[in-house]
Amino acid sequence: MYQYDSYDQSMVDARVAEFRDQVERRLAGDITEDQFKPLRLKNGLYLQLHAYMLRVAVPYGTLNSRQMRMLGDIADKYDRGYGHFTTRQNIQYNWIKLQDAPDILADLASVEMHAIQTSGNCIRNTTSDQFAGAAADELVDPRPYAELLRQWSTFHPEFDYLPRKFKIAIIGSETDRAAMKLHDIGIQLVKNDAGEIGCKFYVGGGMGRTPMIAPVIGDFVPPLQMISYLEACLRVYNRYGRRDNKYKARIKILVHEIGADEYRRQVEEEFAHILTLGLEPPAEELERIKGFFEQPGFEAGASDDLDLSDPDFALWVDQNVHAHKQPGYAIVNISLKPVGGIPGDATADQIRLMADLALEYSFDELRVTHAQNIVLPHVRKADLYTIWQKLDAADLSAANLDLIGDIIACPGLDYCSLANARSIPVAQKISERFADLGRQRELGELKLKISGCINACGHHHAGHIGILGVDRKGVENYQLLLGGCEGADTSLGTITGPGFNEDGIVDAVEKATNVYLAQRDEGERFVDTYRRIGMAPFKEAIYAKETANG
Amino acid sequence: MVEQNLRYRSDEPVSDPAVTVDAFADQNNATAVRIEPGDDARALLPHLDRLALVEVNFPAYTDGRGYSAARILREHGYAGELRAVGGVLLDQLSHMRRCGFDSFAPNQAISAEAAEKAFATWPEVYQKTVDGRPAIWAKRHPA
Repeated sequence: MYQYDSYDQSMVDARVAEFRDQVERRLAGDITEDQFKPLRLKNGLYLQLHAYMLRVAVPYGTLNSRQMRMLGDIADKYDRGYGHFTTRQNIQYNWIKLQDAPDILADLASVEMHAIQTSGNCIRNTTSDQFAGAAADELVDPRPYAELLRQWSTFHPEFDYLPRKFKIAIIGSETDRAAMKLHDIGIQLVKNDAGEIGCKFYVGGGMGRTPMIAPVIGDFVPPLQMISYLEACLRVYNRYGRRDNKYKARIKILVHEIGADEYRRQVEEEFAHILTLGLEPPAEELERIKGFFEQPGFEAGASDDLDLSDPDFALWVDQNVHAHKQPGYAIVNISLKPVGGIPGDATADQIRLMADLALEYSFDELRVTHAQNIVLPHVRKADLYTIWQKLDAADLSAANLDLIGDIIACPGLDYCSLANARSIPVAQKISERFADLGRQRELGELKLKISGCINACGHHHAGHIGILGVDRKGVENYQLLLGGCEGADTSLGTITGPGFNEDGIVDAVEKATNVYLAQRDEGERFVDTYRRIGMAPFKEAIYAKETANG
Repeated sequence: MVEQNLRYRSDEPVSDPAVTVDAFADQNNATAVRIEPGDDARALLPHLDRLALVEVNFPAYTDGRGYSAARILREHGYAGELRAVGGVLLDQLSHMRRCGFDSFAPNQAISAEAAEKAFATWPEVYQKTVDGRPAIWAKRHPA
């Protein structure tokens, strides 16, 4: 994976020094909280309900064991012994003291990490496919492009005060595992008939209160013009994105209001101008970065044989282990969703254990997924059983990847000052209701996503089953959505009808799954059945009056 | 005339008052213009020759349109004074300089010493802009 040179290191070191100075000026009263807010946000520091929250960037979700170990140590040293992996492939600490924040950034910088632009109205940490460089279906490894993007977007002087936050995802597989079309910009690396690589630009997607699927704006931008095209996309947005209403300030609203064709026209005009300026890093720079992402030294002829005589291990392999492009190797998904747990949470000890496993068995690499799980991308099949035993001993062996127990949830009202309702207790209750793994497997792939407010950090619009917490006259109320989906067949969920209380929403979810079980055709996922039969049968079952035999 | 706080040019300051973009279009002899966030900086491009001062107003420091306006003017060869006015805070100075501003009239005065420190925040830069600083990628691959 990528390693900093002295230039990269000098940039994160400068940031630590700058932020230390800003915190000192704030604590001394030289700047107001109002003036300090955007500065701390650009360093990932939020003021939440109980304490400061620090969001640490994991660029394109990729980590080495030294970095992962540091994340565990920070959890112990500055927080309460755990961290929370997020839908943005980052990690958050929920109990941070302001005066500690500069020291944490310094600790992070010592392992080539930072919290740069993990918040604020700027270009956020770039996300990507958690199976990059390992997936059997990969066309182009997106990581070198993601790193190029990381450097370009870091302290970009023109785009630090955008109308609103800006999220970019980049993938290089046919299968979209990064919800790419639900980002401000989604880039899919594709190949044309001549075998040349191009960037397909989707611009103007997003979730939040106005969910939109991004239209294609650039069909096939040459990779050595990717940065220039991004400059053009961002400049048009910076100049013409709405600033009168923060709820209409994301680029999706601009693209929607002026139309994809007009936005494209403006981008093309700006792009033509920008190409004359020579802003693009040269091919040698892309090649230099690619050098860090060469295939690890896989063992030739590694065996594909697996002893599946341990039934629990066999279930885990079936559910959590994904095909690798290299024979004899596999991709391991570590679910951070034990029954009744808090989705995405891991203790310091668990984080360090995962670091150790990566060092010993996965060429020193880990990934964070947008589904709030961890991936060991390059594991010898011969090592799977040992890894599983170690995970199992640390309560990390939940065999529920992509099942109903693999819930995405935002921190909700337990932590977040924006939330209207709690997400975590609902996730825990659903997880407990469907605790039986046999039942989960019977339901098959079922992505359940919970947000505690309309900002949609829990991706409820994209859940096969989505839950949105709202405040109804001071009482937490939960709306149910069905039919959302991310990936190639991205769709947005539809609200079933009136909302429910905390126990009612769990019952409603169960009723929806019962409709699916009764109505599904051979091979259909929950979302497929929903698409075929529509909302009516679900609505009928969910809102039916209780009867004597019901 | 706006009280000047920070200026990084050796030529004589323009004494003409800056007019609005609309007024500028009607005045053949105006040499100073003031851009508001909603104005299109490109409207000035045909007249760059006669301009000696462009003020870019930041009614709120969070409104970043002026950064793009500044860069567009410099990218098209504007060489006169480019002044950031209004909501200009210490922590914005280095990015503003990178976008082509060479003078600053902040609502709250900033000392020259503090400004120098702010300009020195980044030892290196990742992007090529209009300030002539070589991007890190250019240093990694000298021509």
